[in-house]
Amino acid sequence: MFKKKECIAMLLAGGQGSRLYALTEFTAKPAVSFGSKYRIIDFPLSNCINSNIDTVGVLTQYQPLQLNEYIGNGQPWDLDRTFGGVTVLPPYQGKNGADWYKGTANAIYQNLKYIERYDPEYVLILSGDHIYKMDYAKMLAFHKKTGAACTISVLNVPIEEASRFGILSSDENNKIFKFEEKPPHPQSTKASMGIYIFNKDVLFKYLEEDEHTEGSSNDFGKNIIPTMLQRGEPMYAYEFDGYWKDVGTIKSLWEANMDLLGENPEFDIDDDKWRFRSRNAAAAPQFIGENAVVENSIITEGCVINGTVINSVLSANVTVEEGAVVKDSVIMQGTIVKKNASVLYSIIDEEAIVGEDAVVGNDKENAKEVTVLGMGADLPKGAKIEEGKILSAEDVKGGKN
Amino acid sequence: MVTAAGLIFSNIHDKNVPELTQKRSMASVPFGGRYRLVDFALSNMVNADITKVGIITHYNYQSLVDHLGTGKDWDLARSTGGLKILPPQITTFDNAGAKTVFSSRLEALMNAYNFVSKSTEEYIVLSDCDIVCNIDLRDVIKAHVDNGVDITIVTKNVYLSHEMAKNCTIVESDKDGRVTNLIDNPASMEGLMDLCLNIFVLKREYLNNIILDTLSRGYKSFTRDVIAANKDTMKFMKYEYEGYFATINTLDGYFKSSMDFLSKDVRDCIFGVKSRPVYTKVKNSAPAKYMGDAVVKNSLIADGCVIEGEVENSILFRGVHVGKGTVIKNCIIMQDSTIGRDVNLNCVIADKNVVIKDGRNLSGHETHPFPIAKGTTI
Repeated sequence: MFKKKECIAMLLAGGQGSRLYALTEFTAKPAVSFGSKYRIIDFPLSNCINSNIDTVGVLTQYQPLQLNEYIGNGQPWDLDRTFGGVTVLPPYQGKNGADWYKGTANAIYQNLKYIERYDPEYVLILSGDHIYKMDYAKMLAFHKKTGAACTISVLNVPIEEASRFGILSSDENNKIFKFEEKPPHPQSTKASMGIYIFNKDVLFKYLEEDEHTEGSSNDFGKNIIPTMLQRGEPMYAYEFDGYWKDVGTIKSLWEANMDLLGENPEFDIDDDKWRFRSRNAAAAPQFIGENAVVENSIITEGCVINGTVINSVLSANVTVEEGAVVKDSVIMQGTIVKKNASVLYSIIDEEAIVGEDAVVGNDKENAKEVTVLGMGADLPKGAKIEEGKILSAEDVKGGKN
Repeated sequence: MVTAAGLIFSNIHDKNVPELTQKRSMASVPFGGRYRLVDFALSNMVNADITKVGIITHYNYQSLVDHLGTGKDWDLARSTGGLKILPPQITTFDNAGAKTVFSSRLEALMNAYNFVSKSTEEYIVLSDCDIVCNIDLRDVIKAHVDNGVDITIVTKNVYLSHEMAKNCTIVESDKDGRVTNLIDNPASMEGLMDLCLNIFVLKREYLNNIILDTLSRGYKSFTRDVIAANKDTMKFMKYEYEGYFATINTLDGYFKSSMDFLSKDVRDCIFGVKSRPVYTKVKNSAPAKYMGDAVVKNSLIADGCVIEGEVENSILFRGVHVGKGTVIKNCIIMQDSTIGRDVNLNCVIADKNVVIKDGRNLSGHETHPFPIAKGTTI
């Protein structure tokens, strides 16, 4: 019934994303808006289909409603297939009881049956919180060439940042001999990007074993990879030199959005040969009004701009009324910035209202921190939100500003 | 439950705007920044829960087929019903059809005989592609059923000059709205009148009979042989549409109607109805990008545009590139056209994939926009 696939992808999308605070209060991190037209998960999903991987299991756990609805039948990514396509895999109840996904490895372990249906040679493990453009087919070719049991995609990071990552040391053939999760004194600058290709049989063996190991955190970085290395499995580092950003924090999410701007952007999403796909809102083209000023920004369908928008990223159906100023900010779907309001160096989540004359944040030059307003926040007329505040709709209602 | 299927005529008015229909049907004429004219007719149907729509094509329909695909962007990729493209039936055994190219609505309908006779829906909604409107067809169908009439004709009460009227069909009715006459291309009419929007609702069986009669009696004209000939014995009612409409029957009409969309009221009427969005083909273009020197005023911009220069009172379709130092005013620039640096454009309609090289100055006039054919390099 199910055709054999050479390689399928398992996309870990269950994380809470607690460091995004108000932005992930009602939604899973992979479903957070990004880059005007997209949600974070569009990047790994688009990479999959552009790399000819047409079978993707998406492991969800935290606040899955919006994410499930967004993925739907996978049609926007051409992943609505008779065989394969995208499948959402939430935790489930089995004969021996129900379990939440305890860690990244356990999430895959609980879905070994899904993988088996396609009888793949290789399994690609992906994360739902990275922004990048990567041809997994090249990584797979490398994996096959080296004869590795497991290939880990790595990125060279500045040495001073290395202790935030899982750091790999490899020899001149890229064979890995050492792996340390967030080392205080890193000995290499090769950071794991959280992208792995495993030979299926090896993956199954180690997941099975890990599941029955007392005290394991059931995590790829902490348990599976170190154990495999210790046993002398052939593991290789695949060097990636393109744009890659973990958008796990408010600051990095803001930065990654800004990386899309300008004539020579850090990350160019306007690539006809590698289109990022997303579920589109059926909205009119954006309208830029008579008195509007729009500079160095990206804006998408359904937006109506009558005020000033500078150095900003606006998602679908955002309204910026006359006299309002949006600067150095990220504004997500459906939000309204009313007359003469200012939004400075901020991220404003979906369906929020910034009342007339309200001020959110402070000029980027003076502000230390990004200001954040959560989904559905309704900011009254004339309100002022101090720089660096992170407020949910509930906080705004309670007058916490 | 009342069930209805839709039938869309994609070619009927092609000859009205030859500048835009050289390489496409009326249905696939680009409009409003990211749409094709067929999107409006199709969305009206889909928003009234019509899940089976036949599109009658005749010639030049490659771009239409490309636009529609499987119909999934209109939620019409269905295993039952969905979108059916009905190309002309010309068989090896009956290539007489190849010579008699159908030119009228009735001849086009003969082509849809199988669609009509094999459908199971009780009603059929007919629509052309030269009208841009956002109409609640559910209400039209309801009125049709409630009034117990044979054909409901959607009309719009407007003031038409003699020039405008002669490209239209005018509906005359009594005080109860019963249609007393339908006049094609009136020679000398001017004033407030009921314009026929070429949207009709009728029973499928009745349409089936009309097609059979047409086949056996050689009828030619829908207005003359079906409506006018039967107006006393059958009951034809008008349904007045209140909202904004545009009819695309000349190039400057196309230009004017397009520019209407720079007005908030018009956009609210067509795009602002929450329960009736307008769907179109999804292209996955990147968001529109405004560079540091961009100046954009009173314009509609679609995704995929990259703007480095000035754009005013204009409509830019998806993927248009506007170079530095360039000034575009009162223009319609269609998909994937590239306007170089230091270019001046005024009242220009640039079709798809046009390239305007650096430093060019081109201007039409408000009443006579300057059209540039698809793929031209200037």
